[in-house]
Order: sequence, then C-alpha cells, then structure tokens
Amino acid sequence: MIELVAVSKTFNAGQANEYRAVREVSLALEPGRVTALRGPSGSGKTTLLGLIGGLTRPTSGRVRLDGRDISALPERFLTRLRRATFGFVFQQFQLIRGLSALENVMLPATPTGRPYAQVRRHALDLLEGFGLGGRAEAKAQWLSGGEAQRVAIARALINDPAIILADEPTSHLDSALSTQILAILADLRTQGRTLIVSSHDPLVFEAGLVERVIDLRDGKLVP
Amino acid sequence: MRAWIERQRGLVDFAVINLGRRWGRNLGLFLAYTLLVFLLASVVLYGDALRREARLLLADAPELVVQRLTAGRQDVLPAEWRERLSGLRGVHAVEGRLWGYYYDPASAANLTLLVPAAGAPAPGRVLLGAALARVRGLAPGDVLSLRGYDGHPYAFTVAGILARESELASADLMLVHETDFRAFFGMAPGFYTDLAVYVANPREVRRVAEKVLDRLPGTRVIAREEMRRTYEASFNWRQGLLLTLLSTVLLAFVLLAWDKASGLSAEERREIGILKALGWETGDVLRMKLWEGVLVSLCAFLAGYVLAWLHIFYADVPLFTAVLKGWSVLYPRFTLTPEVDAGQLVTLALLTVLPYVAATLVPVWRAATLDPDEVMRE
Repeated sequence: MIELVAVSKTFNAGQANEYRAVREVSLALEPGRVTALRGPSGSGKTTLLGLIGGLTRPTSGRVRLDGRDISALPERFLTRLRRATFGFVFQQFQLIRGLSALENVMLPATPTGRPYAQVRRHALDLLEGFGLGGRAEAKAQWLSGGEAQRVAIARALINDPAIILADEPTSHLDSALSTQILAILADLRTQGRTLIVSSHDPLVFEAGLVERVIDLRDGKLVP
Repeated sequence: MRAWIERQRGLVDFAVINLGRRWGRNLGLFLAYTLLVFLLASVVLYGDALRREARLLLADAPELVVQRLTAGRQDVLPAEWRERLSGLRGVHAVEGRLWGYYYDPASAANLTLLVPAAGAPAPGRVLLGAALARVRGLAPGDVLSLRGYDGHPYAFTVAGILARESELASADLMLVHETDFRAFFGMAPGFYTDLAVYVANPREVRRVAEKVLDRLPGTRVIAREEMRRTYEASFNWRQGLLLTLLSTVLLAFVLLAWDKASGLSAEERREIGILKALGWETGDVLRMKLWEGVLVSLCAFLAGYVLAWLHIFYADVPLFTAVLKGWSVLYPRFTLTPEVDAGQLVTLALLTVLPYVAATLVPVWRAATLDPDEVMRE
C-alpha cells in the first residue's frame, strides 16, 4: 500500500521562478492494481510519480510505503528501497548511448552485488521475453522507439520490483507499438505487480488495463 | 564479501565500457599522462641511479684525503708527511697519491692522469678510460702522444682499456706508471699530490681528521662523507634544474587533465542522473568514476614508468645525457644498475595519480548529489 498524505512539491522555492508542481495531494494506492495518473501537460503527473517512487522528496507532507514513512529516509536507505521496490520506465526511455541493450538492462542490478552470470541470464531472458533476443548486443542508439521502450521495461524489471512506475509509456510510439507496450504492461499486472502509469494518451485508458484513474490539474487532484 | 566483489566487478566493467565509449578523449589523456610520467620518472630514476653509482664508487675511497694548501690553492706535499700521519692513533694506513689534470687539445677534453696504488702499467705504457679511447680512436697497442710540462712530446703505448663497468669514474682517466707521471708533470721525487688516509674504525673518522689538522695545520682534510655529499648536491642541483624545466610540462598536463577530466558534459550529467534514478547510490557513481580515473591514471603511470625505466637503464638515456651526466666532451657510456625503489615509486604515483583522480571526482560528486528526478522531468 502506498499512501500520500498532504504531499506538496515546490521547485526553486523562494526564487523568482518558484513553481509548485504538486499541491496538497492525499491518496492511497492499493497493491496489485493498475492506477493511471491522468492530466494535461504540466498537471504534475511526472512529479507525483517521482514522489511516489522516492526519486524526489516532498517539500511538505508524507509518503508511506506499507505504513513506513519513506520521505524521511536518508538518501542511502531510500536509494536501496527504490532499487528493490520500484521499477521505472521513463518518458524518454533514458537508455545510455554507447551501451548495448543488454548492458542497459543490467545497469540497475550492478549495485546489488548479484553474481554477474545470474544477472546476465536474467537480462537475456527478459529481452527474449519481449522479442528482443536478437537485439541484445545492439547499441541503445541503434534501437527503434518500440525496441527502446521494451528495453526500458526490461531494465525496470531486472531487480524484480513489486511496483512499476511508467511515465507516459506510449507517448513516443505509434498506435501499433503502443498496443504492444500496453500488452506487456497487462502481462506485468497478471504477474501480480502494482502498476502506476502517468498518461494522457486515450489508448492507455481504452485498453481495459487501467483499474483506477486519478485526474490531476495544476498539481491538484481533480475530484 | 562475494556480493562486494561482484559489485566492484560490475562497477569496473561499467568503468571499462565507459572508457571505451569515449576512447578518443581517454586515449589523448592516456598519452599525455604517459608522457608526463615518463619525463618525471626518467629524471628521478636517473638522478637516483647516478647517486647510487657514486655511492658505490666512493665505497672503496679512503675515509680521509689530506691536501696541502698554498695560498688557498692545492699544492703538492712532501712524502715525509706520510710518516707523520702514520703514527696517529686510529690510522690504519696512509698512501701517497699521484694524480693530475691534463688538457688534451686533440679531444678538447680534460684528462685525469693517475698512478694507481696497485696494478699500474709498466713504464711507457698507459691504461685508458673507455670514453677517452673512443674519442681518440685508440686501441691496445696504439701509441698516444701528449705534450708534457716542458713542451716535449711523451709517447705512451696503450696497454689496455679500462673495464666499462667503471666508466662513470674512469671515462677521462689515464693510468700511468709513477716514473712517467713525474716526468710528464715535472714533479720531483718525494712529493705527492695528496695523501689517502685509511681509518680503522669508521666512528673515529671525525676524531682522526681533527688529529691530522692538529699535526699538519693549514692542510685540507676531506672526508669521504663530504665527497658523497658533494656528488649528491651536484646531482640534486642538476635534477632540480630539469624538474624545474619539466614543471611547465606538468602544469600543461594539469590544465589538460583538469579540462578533460573535470568538465562533465551534459551527456555525462544526464547519465549520472539516469544511474541514480535506476537505484545507484551517490557512492556507487563515485566508485565507478573512481575506477575510471584509477584505470586511466594507473595504466598511464605504469606505462610511463616502464618506458622511463627502459630509457634510463637500457637505452643509454638519450634525453638527459648533457644535463645530468655533466661531462662536457667525454660522455661515459656505462650501464646503470636497474633498481626499483618502492618509496620513489609511491611518491611518483601520489604526485601523478592522486591529483588526476581528485580532478575527476569533484565534479562527479557535485553531479551525483543532485536529485535523480531531474531525469524524470527531462
């Protein structure tokens, strides 16, 4: 269970360009379900995902994971928790150029100290599962949009997290590829993982994948 | 422990891949770095090897040398002084030495003529230092003709060339018989150039020197330790001069390294953000970058040091001969004893590796402490 209690996030506080991305958001997200954060650009979806996943700390309010306040954890513990619990799929894929698809997938496992051969096998299995077995050695910059997004999802799964956070997972894909990605996300749902997806793509909401929609506007929940 | 090793292995793997991804920049850094270490290590290794060589040479020298001074200049001394010093307590033996300098116009070099205590050639014959034989093109059996003090030519038959191992000291040396020496320089019998005083107990050298001065006031007494210090000072001065000149190279490298290593590109900052967002701790990022810096600097350091070592001990030191050896014409060709000094190695490594690693880590640390959510908001 993820709980947000009166969470706000302000960037550049006290400066001329101060910006309140999230304002007094309180909500509870059930485990094992697919939740979508919906709203126009600038509504605070990405920032809220970052707050849920411990990528950033709230300016005020609390974020709790299974009853434990994670917003106050020291950076080191928060990073470990994030690594073990959350898998991130970023909007721009955020693969590292010059590394192969396989190396990109293995990256989150490096600090865990798991045996190299085991991590490599797992990464190859994930890539093969997404139909990318033949592209494992391809450099990130050589991958198509659909391939890059599947590599990004495989990377999010390498540490076997319980919660997947996906930021606009279909925003850079055509309809066919979007459908493919949504099918992968549905499969993750059937594996019992919690999915939190931010999107304003109608395809996401029409696919029958999303079980709960949270609307956002100007950083606030829309009732 | 196994997890720690696997973790380091993963970080090293990633560091190696990173170096390969930016191979152009890293190769340039590696070459500049190697050149710097090569120059610095060459100077240090050569200076140390020469000092060591000088120490070895002096190991057989007498504990004290006594010279007569006339108006502050060295003068020949009477043979009876030998007996006057032989009776001193603590003195093991006193030898009268005959040596002098001769300017040879043919080779434009100053030669040292010496009568050895043992193993002197027969009258009319000479043993030559290897450098002198090389410059004059002489071989055993050839005749060397020099003009004596009275303007008359003196012919010496070359009896042999001195062993190359001793060339540091013997490059410009001519070993002759006492009769020839005295005739050539016009030195009357009963006089020596100076006296070699051997002291039985090394701890009594200073005391014996004081006794010598008491007995022969106005003489100059030179201790072996002073000669060693003079050698050291001479080589230190030369080494310091070279290091000063090299400091400009060092400065240029520091600027290059700082520019190349410390300037994180936007791409690198983005990558650090991705790593942090993927669950890398700030410490993991720093360790990975530390491995990168260590790999570049350590490989370059080892390459530079090995090249310097080969340059000094196996390639006749072509770069620094003129400055560090100090002979004007007769450059000795001698093989220095190869040696690796752990302290020297560590000092060089600290001087070159640490600044580079520090230069790479500071900006990475700055970038790695940023919030990873910047990646999400790109």
